[in-house]
Amino acid sequence: MNFARTLAFTLNGRALSGADGSIASPSMRLLDLLRLQAGQTGTKEGCGEGECGACAVLVDGEVVNSCLVPVGQLHGCTVTSIEGLPRTDPLLEAFARAGATQCGICTPGMILAARALLDRRPDPSLDEVREALAGNLCRCTGYTRIYAAVLDAAAIPGRDA
Amino acid sequence: MNAAAPTLGDWHRPASLAEALVIRAQARGTMVAIAGCTDLMVGWNGGGRRLPQVLDLSALQELRAIEVGADTVTIGAAVCCARIGAHPAIAGRLPMLAASARQTGSVAIQNRATLGGNIMNASPAADNPPVLLAHGARVMLASVRGSRTIDYASFHTGYKRTRAEPDELLVSITVPFPASDAYSYHRKVGTRRAQAISKVALAALIVTTSGGDDRRIHEARFGFASVGPMPLAAPALSTAIGGRRLREIDRALVEQALASDLSPIDDIRSTADYRRRVAVNLVLAAIAGAAQPSGRTTAP
Repeated sequence: MNFARTLAFTLNGRALSGADGSIASPSMRLLDLLRLQAGQTGTKEGCGEGECGACAVLVDGEVVNSCLVPVGQLHGCTVTSIEGLPRTDPLLEAFARAGATQCGICTPGMILAARALLDRRPDPSLDEVREALAGNLCRCTGYTRIYAAVLDAAAIPGRDA
Repeated sequence: MNAAAPTLGDWHRPASLAEALVIRAQARGTMVAIAGCTDLMVGWNGGGRRLPQVLDLSALQELRAIEVGADTVTIGAAVCCARIGAHPAIAGRLPMLAASARQTGSVAIQNRATLGGNIMNASPAADNPPVLLAHGARVMLASVRGSRTIDYASFHTGYKRTRAEPDELLVSITVPFPASDAYSYHRKVGTRRAQAISKVALAALIVTTSGGDDRRIHEARFGFASVGPMPLAAPALSTAIGGRRLREIDRALVEQALASDLSPIDDIRSTADYRRRVAVNLVLAAIAGAAQPSGRTTAP
């Protein structure tokens, strides 16, 4: 049996597999699968070298740069891109309220990196927020409001809903 | 479901180490072993290039254990930096290793990048090798012919060259816990605090004799990054300062020893002169730290 045909994982609640053609090749970048095959264009390509975090997504709840992940390594995993985040996630409202979005390119990655932090550490300090988002570059340099939004989201009750 | 069916074609994802070693042996060096892919994918990205034939180690549970013994910790080659940085025994007894793991790129990188990959990728600027050198780590390699354990200090033989044979895989890294009174110093010098590639990095482990102001070096081991073609242990420096009183170790002595240990170059990140100067400064800072009465910390 060819591995490319047995390969299967879940993207935003949807089952993808090599067998049904929704995964073209194990050597494809997760970023390309998202944008070109699955039509999930919320994930952005910035540097394509793992430096900027614009393409960050969650794999089994942990933040990774999708430009550095060949999909062959995702067998059995659960992938969440920005489209898969619940609309009720307090980070979305907090980013809007704080004005934490300017051009918007970094926003999906910022929000998912922040979600991974808050899942692990529901009440982070500013330093912990800064460290968790150190791999997400904002070229509008709106960091202060982004950090404020994450801290604000952490303070919203019922954030685990 | 077989979570890791082996494959035909160019993507091999074995479910066991034994199976991986057979594939590795049959490939005769034509196949790239991959784990976290955080460096390899950078080179493969862009231009629509396909990956070369790969042996994907990401399904091998044998490479993912952290085993804490009485005197050592053994870390599977495919353990990611995030787990190393967060491990209580490593943070408690090997704080330099926890720190270097947490300085290996961003959180998104640390979640994928493996300790084994950081070693086998064999970059002279790699973040964790200096700490492994300072601690006198040993590495275990395996092939269908059997396994062997060698001193990490002898592992790198040149730029991107190692003693691993084409049919071998790195299985684990064993790091001895230092004596409780050993002084450790670790500093990475880059262009910015987060996710920079080192211009120079030093890890040092220094054990001194007792005796207040007359304390002498009992044993000192170093690991450098970015000051030569590979991670460097600086044996001439260890010999030159061995047995000496801490207060006698001056800049001239360190400069002279490092002149033979290091061979920095000018490149896009820094210059040879700057690297040599900073390397000497870092060693002097480590010696000064060891001379403090409380001497057991890691640098910022």
